[in-house]
Amino acid sequence: MTIFDRRTLLQGGTAAAATAALTGPAFLEWSKAWAQAAPWKPEKDAQLSILRWKYFVQAEDDKFVALMEAFTKATGVKITISRESYEDVQPKASVAANTGAGPDLFWGLYSLPHLFPQKCVDMTDVADYLGKKYGGWVDSAVKYGKEGNKWIGIPICYTGSLMNYRIAASQKAGFSKFPGKTDEFLEYVKAMKKNNTPGGFALGHASGDGNTWIYWCLWAHGGQHVDKNDKVTINSPETEKALNYAKALFENMVPGTASWNDSSNNKAFLGEEIHWTNNGISIYVAANKDASKKHIAEDMNHAYFPVGPVGKPTELHLMFPILAMTHTKYPQACKALIAFMLEADNFNPWIAAAEGYLSHCLTAYDKNPIWTADPKRTPYRDVAKRSLTAGGLGSNGEKAAAAISDFVVLDMFAAFCTGRDDTKTAMKNAERQLQRIYRS
Amino acid sequence: MTDVAIENAKPAPRAVTAWEQLKVNRNWLALWFMLPAAAFLILFLAYPLGLGVWLSFTDARIGRSGVFIGLENYDWLSDDPVFWLSVFNTLLYTIVASAVKFAVGLYLALLLNENMPFKAIIRAIVLIPFIVPTVLSAIAFWWIYDAQFSIVSWSLRHLGLIDGNINFLGDFWNARWSTIFANIWRGIPFVAITLLAGLQTVSPSLYEAATIDGASRWQIFRHVTFPLLTPIIAVVMTFSVLFTFTDFQLIWVLTRGGPVNATHLMATLSYQRAIIGGHLGEGAAISTAMIPFLLAAILLSWFGLQRRKWQQGESND
Repeated sequence: MTIFDRRTLLQGGTAAAATAALTGPAFLEWSKAWAQAAPWKPEKDAQLSILRWKYFVQAEDDKFVALMEAFTKATGVKITISRESYEDVQPKASVAANTGAGPDLFWGLYSLPHLFPQKCVDMTDVADYLGKKYGGWVDSAVKYGKEGNKWIGIPICYTGSLMNYRIAASQKAGFSKFPGKTDEFLEYVKAMKKNNTPGGFALGHASGDGNTWIYWCLWAHGGQHVDKNDKVTINSPETEKALNYAKALFENMVPGTASWNDSSNNKAFLGEEIHWTNNGISIYVAANKDASKKHIAEDMNHAYFPVGPVGKPTELHLMFPILAMTHTKYPQACKALIAFMLEADNFNPWIAAAEGYLSHCLTAYDKNPIWTADPKRTPYRDVAKRSLTAGGLGSNGEKAAAAISDFVVLDMFAAFCTGRDDTKTAMKNAERQLQRIYRS
Repeated sequence: MTDVAIENAKPAPRAVTAWEQLKVNRNWLALWFMLPAAAFLILFLAYPLGLGVWLSFTDARIGRSGVFIGLENYDWLSDDPVFWLSVFNTLLYTIVASAVKFAVGLYLALLLNENMPFKAIIRAIVLIPFIVPTVLSAIAFWWIYDAQFSIVSWSLRHLGLIDGNINFLGDFWNARWSTIFANIWRGIPFVAITLLAGLQTVSPSLYEAATIDGASRWQIFRHVTFPLLTPIIAVVMTFSVLFTFTDFQLIWVLTRGGPVNATHLMATLSYQRAIIGGHLGEGAAISTAMIPFLLAAILLSWFGLQRRKWQQGESND
C-alpha cells in the first residue's frame, strides 16, 4: 500500500477506479510470477521511498500509483511516494546525495544522475536486462543513462516538445503539410501572421517550452554552447545565424511572447489566439477533454520541429531519468522496482494512460497502440530517437543543468529578439556567463 | 573586663561567598531570563545570517559544501550586467512603489479619518488587498496582465481605444511599471490603516486650538497632524521599504524576472542563481549585497525617530 497523503486521498475516486482495472486477479498473478522470476530479489522487510516529478496528466499518476501498489502486493515492499514540481526534484536530490539521507529513489529531469554519479547505484544490470528484452535503448537515452561504462540511472521516459498547429489556418496560408525545413518554416510563420492567424514560441523564463525551442534553433543552425571538451563556443557565426533566424520568427509571432511562461502558449492556443506553437501533447489532450474545445482538437495536429541547415533533427525534449541513491538500504528492491516499472505489462498501460505525454526510450514500445490508434499522437512516438541531450556536444552533468536552469541561452535569444542587445553583445554576455558555469 | 569585651564583640560577619552574591544579583537573574530569547535570536537569525555571509565567500553548491574563495563571487558580480540590472530594478521598484504607497496611503488615511457613512465597512474594504495571500493576488494580476487575455486590453479594445493587446509583461518598461503597480496595490492598505491608527491618537484639542488660532486646513495638517504623525510614518515606511525591497512572490509569479531580466529583483535573482541554478555561493553573495541597502533604510528611519524628539521640543536628547 502507498502511504495515504493528501493527494492520494483527494484523488481517491479516480485512483480507486484505475486500481480496480489494473489489479485484477490475473494481473496480480502476473506480478507475483514476475517477482518470482526477476533477477533481483528485494531485501527482507524492504521499504522504499520515491520522490517523483509532479505529473501533468492525472491519469498518468493514477496508473503510476497503481503500479507501485501492484509491486507492493507482489513483493511485500512498501513504497512511499512524494511529488515535487519537476524543477524542484534536482535541489532535493542533490541534498540527499550530499547528506546520505532521504528518499531511496529520485525520478527527475534531464541529467539528474550526472550531478552526483558516484552517489548512484550501478544500474548496468537493469539497463542490460531491459535493453535486451525490449529492443534496445535509443542513443539519447544511453547518453543520459550512462557515465563511462556504467549506467547510473534508468531513462524512464521523455516528454516531447513538438510543433502544435491548426490545420485549417495552415492550409489557408498555403501549407497543406507542416514545413519540414527551417527556411520553409519561416515562410510559414510569415504567411500565418499575414493571415491574422499567428503563433508563437515562449521567450520568457519558461523552463520547458522556452528552452526546448531555443536549443532547437541554436542547434539547427550549427551553433553549440560548448564543444565536446566543455569549452564554451557560444560566440560563433552559427549562433549569430540562429539569433537572426529567431528574430525573424519573433517579428512574425503574436505580440507578448517575451512574457510567456510554460502555460501561456497552452492558454493562448486553447483560446484560439495562436495557431502554432511548440508544446507537449497537453494542449491536444485538454482540447479533447473539453466539449467546448473539441473543434480545436479536430482541427489541430502535431509535427516534428523543422530541420535546419545542419540537415538533421535538432530537437530537445524533456528527459525523466530515475536513479537509486547509494545510501539506500535496499538496492535490490530499487532495481526490482525500476525493472518492474518498465516491463511491458506495466509500461504499456502506463504510457497509454498518459495519452502521449510520456514517450518511451526502449524501441519495442514503438508498437504500443497508443501511438497509432490516433495518428495525431504518432509524432510523439519518436521523440526519444530525435532528441539531443541537454549538454549539447559537451558533458551532461551539472554544468549543462545550470546553463539551462539559469536561462543563459534563452536570455541571449530574448535579449536579441526584443532588441535590447545586438548579436555581438548578446553572445558576449552569454559567453561570459557560460564560462563562469563551465569553469573547471 | 576582658570577658565583657569579648561578650560585647559582635561575631565577625561571615564572608559572603561569590555564589551567595550571585544568587541575589539581579543582573545574573536577568541573564537567565534573557537567555531563551537570545538563543532564539542567535539560532534563527544571527546564525542563518552569518551562514549566508559565509556562503557568499565560498563556491558552495546545493548539496555540496564549498571551499573558501574570498571575494571571487563579489568580483564576478561586480561586472555582471545582470546583477547590476537587478540592483537598478530593485532600487526603482522600491523607491517608486514606496513613494506612491506613502502618498496614496496617507491620502486614504486622512480620508478615512473623516466622519462619513459606513466608515467601518469602508475601512474593512480598504484592507482587502492586504488580506488576500500574495500568491493569489499575483496570479490574479498575472491574468490581468496576460499578453492575450488581459481584461484591461479587452476592455480598451472593445471601447475602441486601442487596436492590439497591451504588451504588459513582454516589454521592459511596461513589465517594470506593471509589477510596481501590483506591488503598490498590495502595499497601500498596510500604510493606510497604520497611518489611520496614528491619526486617531492625535488629540482633538490640538485641532480645536489650531482652529481657534485661525489656522487653515493645510496649516493644521502641516503643523499639527504631520509632525505628530512622523514617528509612525517612520516606522510604517521602514517596514514598507523593507517589504518592497525584499519582494519575491509577486515577481516570481508574474515574470520570473523576465523579459530578459528586466524585472529581476535582487531577491529573485538570488533565488534563481542559488536554488534553481544550484550556485549557492553566488546566490548568497547577491543576498548579502542586499544588506547594506536594508541597513541604510533602517538607519534612515532611526534618524526619523530621533527627529520626533526635536519636534516635540525635547531638544536635549
